[in-house]
Amino acid sequence: MTLSWLFDPAHWSGTDGIPVRLLQHLRYTLVAALAATAVAVPLGLFVGHTGRGGVLVVGGSNAMRALPTLGLVTFLFLVLGSGEVSALVALTVLAVPPVLAGTYAGIQDTDAGVVDAARGMGMTGWQRLWRVELPNALPLLLGGVRNAVLQVVATTAVAAYVGLGGLGRFLLDGLRAFDYPKMVAGAVLVAALAMVLDLLLALLQRAVVPRGLRLAARGRGRGPARVVERGRTEVAADAAMREGTE
Amino acid sequence: MLDDLSRYLGSESTRQLIVDQLVQHVELALLPLVVGVALAIPLGWLAQRHPLLRTSLLGVANVVYTVPSLAFFVVIPGVIGTQILAPVNVIAALSVYTAALLVRPVVDALDAVPGHVIAAATAMGYRPLRRFLAVELPLAVPVLTAGVRVASVSNISLASVGALLGIGGLGALFTSGFQTSYLPPIIVGIVLVLALALVVDLVLVGLRRLLTPWARAGGAR
Amino acid sequence: MKRAWVVLAVLASVVVAGCGGDPTKGGGGGGSGPLAIGSADFAESELLMELYAGAVRSTGAQVQTRPRIGSREVLVRALQDGSLAVVPEYAGNLLNYFDKDATAAKSDEVYAQLQQKVPSGLQVLEKSAAEDKDVLVVSKETAERQGLRSMADLGPKCGDLVLGAAGEWRGRWEARIKQLYGCVFKEIRTTDPAGPVTVEALRSGQVQVANLFTTASAIGVNGFVELADPKQMYPAQNVVPLVRQSALDDRGRQAVNRVSAALTTEKLSAMVRRIEVDKATVADVASGFLKENGF
Repeated sequence: MTLSWLFDPAHWSGTDGIPVRLLQHLRYTLVAALAATAVAVPLGLFVGHTGRGGVLVVGGSNAMRALPTLGLVTFLFLVLGSGEVSALVALTVLAVPPVLAGTYAGIQDTDAGVVDAARGMGMTGWQRLWRVELPNALPLLLGGVRNAVLQVVATTAVAAYVGLGGLGRFLLDGLRAFDYPKMVAGAVLVAALAMVLDLLLALLQRAVVPRGLRLAARGRGRGPARVVERGRTEVAADAAMREGTE
Repeated sequence: MLDDLSRYLGSESTRQLIVDQLVQHVELALLPLVVGVALAIPLGWLAQRHPLLRTSLLGVANVVYTVPSLAFFVVIPGVIGTQILAPVNVIAALSVYTAALLVRPVVDALDAVPGHVIAAATAMGYRPLRRFLAVELPLAVPVLTAGVRVASVSNISLASVGALLGIGGLGALFTSGFQTSYLPPIIVGIVLVLALALVVDLVLVGLRRLLTPWARAGGAR
Repeated sequence: MKRAWVVLAVLASVVVAGCGGDPTKGGGGGGSGPLAIGSADFAESELLMELYAGAVRSTGAQVQTRPRIGSREVLVRALQDGSLAVVPEYAGNLLNYFDKDATAAKSDEVYAQLQQKVPSGLQVLEKSAAEDKDVLVVSKETAERQGLRSMADLGPKCGDLVLGAAGEWRGRWEARIKQLYGCVFKEIRTTDPAGPVTVEALRSGQVQVANLFTTASAIGVNGFVELADPKQMYPAQNVVPLVRQSALDDRGRQAVNRVSAALTTEKLSAMVRRIEVDKATVADVASGFLKENGF
């Protein structure tokens, strides 16, 4: 039933067709994820490098995780008017905490001995940040981006409620018309998009593990996969951060 | 704005409505926490013992976690045959999320139980089930509560999406405020969701302390 | 070992406590349990739901309200699967929903046909004089510039215009408006059921035509121009309660009929204005009306 909906050529054209909705969804996701990264990474680097405001960042980003997406989206719609802008702002706001937490955790996670060695080699603060801490932080940072992208893909579907395009339209319009195949097709498409993006980022995450870390990990009997995996498990990272701040 | 808020909260019927929705929200968000934990513990136990199960279960859990909530809520009645407006749809979806989120920490926590502890318990004559309940599970409590805390925050926030399907909870304040272009209900809803998340988090921290007296006795963790 | 029992006891007690309030009891009113009265997702429907709920409560019955569930498609489904017992409806659109080829447009004809077309298991109670029709509106500038006064004027110009309407509009009216007025919109953009998204889209020019309801206060507030419907594409839309058969007893039925008898279009739009513009609580507006009418 759903399959025949998905493969019906009529659903593959026009302004309400699958390609258009898919591209819209992708565009919102990219815009929000990039905007959030542009905000969160410098902030996370600053806090991680200087060690100033760590508690604030961790506490704040945890509190923001509790923000109900539907509440934020409707609130911003009423305050800012016009659907698209307010929805994009809401998506960005929700994508910031995971990236921030990932960046911060990544910098914190850098082996203190390695940073000391860099200092001993005469590197300045900037050099240490760029050449030591950032490369070391990349896997966890990208783990944060992965979580953010999952969050944005899901929230974009909810934002269809305030008139946003994207795949959420199939879900909500299908629900309104009680068109079950359309609804399920929408759900499948959103989930598939989330999984594909997550997979791509996972590959990227694997690729950016610095060679040094890879070698070191092998030396300690932990494969690079294990290093990456740590960035992935939100729970573990979260738990670690919370334990650290309590 | 404050005027609007106080006028909104001034109505008796409004306050009653908010309390009702808060109660329903608690049910929608916290019941899945319990169900999720009850599912994740045996699943984690199985996964930790069978390598093949471990890979497949953790893989499934990862996939489940990528499925967006709205998509999940919408599909569930078709899968388990419930009424379309039944809160059980949201509860079932959030339970699955919770279990998916918790399986990995459970496995990790069980992995981390030192071999000599298990050996000692076995030597004392503990059978596997009793050993699991009396030794391994309690030792896993700190990691488990850390996971439950993450899940509770995410459940409390996600439960509000149910309002898009006519399933109440505090999310109904968002849709009702939105439809009449009225901010106070939305603000009250957001504040209550955040407050609920905070309270539940504190309760979970308290619960962990209660269940891990050795951590307190040791003085430092 | 003691520790394990504590863990288990805590888990068990929470499970038991949680199951006390059985979440699956939506309450259909078929057996015991409270009678569930639902509404579509716009303010007027919620108001009517509260009116019915208050009236039925006055007979001593247990009532549970389920506001803002969604569209007609979902509501009818929920009545049929027993999740709901009563929902407020609009005669013309409801008839169209049950019979795509229905052509009746006048109030009495619509109601008479509706009574026949309602599927078994459901029934409509008495219709009210109060009416709330779908209406296409344009901004004052668009109306003047394009010379639009009715849907007949609109027809030939649709190709340049974008319509904003709820998700179900396309399925219900796209073919009809083409057949009656030769109107094929450049695009139909999905907004919401005559709510803030639709109004905002029209005001900001993202769409040039919008589907609203005649009682919507946004029409007056924004000076939108309602387009006449000479060929009566949108049929008469008297407010009518749709109920699951045998869900209401005689007294409940009479109470709901009394609400319908007391309602007029003017009273309905005045109450909607109080909710949408003055931000009064739906429940308060409803209980005010019920008190005035001796419930």
